[in-house]
Amino acid sequence: MRGLVCAIFCLMMTTAANAVEIEYWQYSYKTRIDAMEKLIEAFEAENPDITVTHNNFPYAQYRTKVAAAVAAGEGPDVVQLYYGWLHDYLAAGILQPLSQESFPHSEIEQEFFPMVGSMKSGGDYYALPTAVRSLALFWNKKIFREAGLDPEVPPKTLDELVEFAKKLTQRDPAGNITQAGLTMGPINQDHNWWREVLVRQFGGVPYNADNSKVMYDDEAGRAAFQYYADFATRHKTSVVDFMDKGEIAFKAGRAAMHIDGSFVLSFLKRTRGGRNRLEWGVAELPEHNGIKSNFSSYWVNGITSKASGEKKLAAEKFLKFITSPRAMQYWLDQVGELPARKAVAYRDDNRNHPEFGAFIRGLDYAHTTLFYSESAQRKTVVDMLDRIVLNGMSVDESLAIAAQEDQNIIDAALIEIREAAAAKESTGVSSDE
Amino acid sequence: MTDNKAPISPKKIIIWTFLFIGAVIMMTPIIFMFSASFKYNDQIYELALISSEPTLSNYIYLFENTEFLRWFLNSISVALATTISVLFFDSLVGYTLAKFKFKGRKIVFVLILSTLMIPTEMLVIPWYILARDLGLLDSYIGLIFPGIMTGFGVFLMKQFFEGVPDDYLDAARIDGVGEFRIFTDVAMPLVVPALSALAIFTFLGNWTAFLWPLIVTSSAEIYTVPVGLASFSGEFQSEWEMIMTGAAVATLPTLIIFLFLQRYIIRGVILGGLKG
Amino acid sequence: MSKRTIAQKRAIWAWVFMAVPLVYFILVRFYPTLDAFSISLTDWNIVGEKRYIGFDNFVVLFNDPVFWVVLGNTFEYLILGVPISLLLSFIIAYYLDQIRFGHGFLRACYFIPFLTTAVAMAWVWRWFYQPVPIGMINLALGQLGIAQFEFLRSTTQALPAVLAPAIWAGLGFQIVIFMAGLRAIPKTYYEAAKVDGAGAWQTLTEITLPQLRPTIVFLVVISSIGFLRIFDQVYNMTQEGEGGPLNATRPLVLHIYKAAFDDFEMGMAAAQTVVLFLILMVITVFQLRVLRHDR
Repeated sequence: MRGLVCAIFCLMMTTAANAVEIEYWQYSYKTRIDAMEKLIEAFEAENPDITVTHNNFPYAQYRTKVAAAVAAGEGPDVVQLYYGWLHDYLAAGILQPLSQESFPHSEIEQEFFPMVGSMKSGGDYYALPTAVRSLALFWNKKIFREAGLDPEVPPKTLDELVEFAKKLTQRDPAGNITQAGLTMGPINQDHNWWREVLVRQFGGVPYNADNSKVMYDDEAGRAAFQYYADFATRHKTSVVDFMDKGEIAFKAGRAAMHIDGSFVLSFLKRTRGGRNRLEWGVAELPEHNGIKSNFSSYWVNGITSKASGEKKLAAEKFLKFITSPRAMQYWLDQVGELPARKAVAYRDDNRNHPEFGAFIRGLDYAHTTLFYSESAQRKTVVDMLDRIVLNGMSVDESLAIAAQEDQNIIDAALIEIREAAAAKESTGVSSDE
Repeated sequence: MTDNKAPISPKKIIIWTFLFIGAVIMMTPIIFMFSASFKYNDQIYELALISSEPTLSNYIYLFENTEFLRWFLNSISVALATTISVLFFDSLVGYTLAKFKFKGRKIVFVLILSTLMIPTEMLVIPWYILARDLGLLDSYIGLIFPGIMTGFGVFLMKQFFEGVPDDYLDAARIDGVGEFRIFTDVAMPLVVPALSALAIFTFLGNWTAFLWPLIVTSSAEIYTVPVGLASFSGEFQSEWEMIMTGAAVATLPTLIIFLFLQRYIIRGVILGGLKG
Repeated sequence: MSKRTIAQKRAIWAWVFMAVPLVYFILVRFYPTLDAFSISLTDWNIVGEKRYIGFDNFVVLFNDPVFWVVLGNTFEYLILGVPISLLLSFIIAYYLDQIRFGHGFLRACYFIPFLTTAVAMAWVWRWFYQPVPIGMINLALGQLGIAQFEFLRSTTQALPAVLAPAIWAGLGFQIVIFMAGLRAIPKTYYEAAKVDGAGAWQTLTEITLPQLRPTIVFLVVISSIGFLRIFDQVYNMTQEGEGGPLNATRPLVLHIYKAAFDDFEMGMAAAQTVVLFLILMVITVFQLRVLRHDR
């Protein structure tokens, strides 16, 4: 009897000692926070010996907060980061590689969508996504019908896209566009459409394999940008930033076709005063030369260099949980972001979903851009189009300038990353002494 | 200045007509803003001022489905708190500099005056870092702290307190009134016009302030109205009639205050403008 | 225990009253000013260590063609904004002063824009400037059969288009100040001019304008500083607040904001604030000198 009591007592002691507390950080966004709270509840129910503290910070400060905290040995054990920040985070030594035992490479490569490959650096994976985003083509069925097109058949190829756009454009007697065939907003999603989709469809690649060199300043890049700029300059089916934003024009029923991400769905579905007469559909992006491509961006979760021992084990468990099929389905239903695992995405009800379906199908062939500075690199595309449309510059000339600007941004970032790595190494040595 | 008796000359009529046209042009943006806020999405592309089916749905949506009410209350609280603080501290310093003789008075005055030369834009970076180090980013205190005293107000109040006769204050001292009470009960009531001018400037400046709130806030709960409005089309994906509704609500308070206090406000602007 | 003199007592009271404000001014005004200068000499991305690099930031700035575009824009706002707004407000004030019928109403109409929030009105103007089918101006022009303007989508028209709401909002203030200045001119001057047989133009140039000199100096200085610091309108009227198209509307303050809070290049941003500070100082001193002395 005494032995039993002692045994129970000892057991309790060990569980108490094993109660690990880990911290998870993500940026503030209401639906994501709510969904994560629910996931954490479920995780803690399954793992009573682990407590997860959930912290969130506004987007604008998020990045610097994480860097400062981890550098000071505080902050999160599991952290959410934008995929484009991986370079910076690695240079700053914030993340540790995911162990092969818990996250076998073969499993990641088989089960996740291929763009997750960009989370690999020097043979190790550093982070995994719960959810991903991609692009698709929205079309307005009512405008299609009015123009004599089949409202259920969106354009399948880039050539059809031009042809349809011409038919769907309307102008006033003075020749001003009053209804755009296709929206043009390089500052919104079009820069991604151009970089990762059009360039590839015309036979090029945007950047070289280690992402250090601009590759689109070639025949393919020129043809791709010519194709894009022609909507404004030659076909005159589009005005850049028509009605200020493509999504606004599309929702107002003043644009027949619009390319955007899944995050615009909630905006299109929103009604006010019971008036939303919009009839629309979502299709995969048009292909060209038999090439399909798409752009994907996502948030990933990684384990910080601060987590070690028990905390590391707990962090791995938690990361596994929030990248599990279950979590992904929950995330799709609650947040509306697409599952990062093929098995979940390919479930019939997801893949054929009238709204998410086209986005999910696009993931098969999606590429990501490893931005060094998303806003600066985006601006090179915006300015490239403006020089052509506003100043009448030739595509060749404008593309050469944009490529040079982009290359300069990359070069400057690479120098900084190298310096940061060097600085880290030297401080690492001195602290070891 | 003999208008009262002079017959209405054709020249006057022409001048009046032009001034009237100018006034209409000045009011056009404000009128169209209010007009659009009562229209449905598919009607804002019409030039008609009054829609055939006016609707309150934009306003209802604004207050029920966005954080606008929160931003509105944030803006009011921030502007009020700052104004009260500025009124108190600036007049206290202005009063001291005007009515007390002590060593270092000139230096203090010149130092405070010299802050007028420094543009806010130069200070926002150090303020941001200060706020970060003190954990004040994205907080109300972070929003307020740069403005709780102003060099302009000190200067303005000093000018006015200098016009207050010393006799009044000395009489109170002989009666044994404490120094602080002399300031609040004797000196302050004598400069009410200056105080109201300062109050108007400060409130207006804080109600419309954009740069610092944009920098220091990052979560929607702390936004002020201007920052919220600026985020409307991006973060909150809004259509034009919603943006116009937000803009209309942002404009309404100052318009209402103006309608009631027009004379004081214009006098305050002149006082503050010319003395300052 | 020696009795303090009244003067001493009052000096103590003065310091008691001044204590909190002095600490505040030192902490929130002087220290940050010095800090801005010191940050401008460093390479600092806000997270890591500050690295002292002397005047390198300034060298980089002056070799950056975009910075010169930005400076050019900033001065364009000033050079267009000050004369246009002062001329308009003077004309309106001059004639409004002569009108009695509906005076209060007209003055209110001109003054109300001054009370609006720049951000809110920037969005209204942004809407007005859109091409058809939504932009009010182009819709109206279209009905008159006039070709539409590009406005914000033009590298030449965008800057004046962004400037317009800034002028519009400031006009009411300038008019009110001008009218106060006009009222302050002694009537005897005008009567004397009448006796001398001076015409309206002569009265204007020889009496009204010289008498308004202090008002004009004040308004020139205030509005110059305002236009050099333009930000709210540009941030809210251009796509993603970038100051486009092709940097055509980007002023210095927006450039500072982007460097500091988009790229977190604090050293570079602080260097630009130092440039802004110097420009403001030079212009203020210069204007006060010129306008005061050349009588």
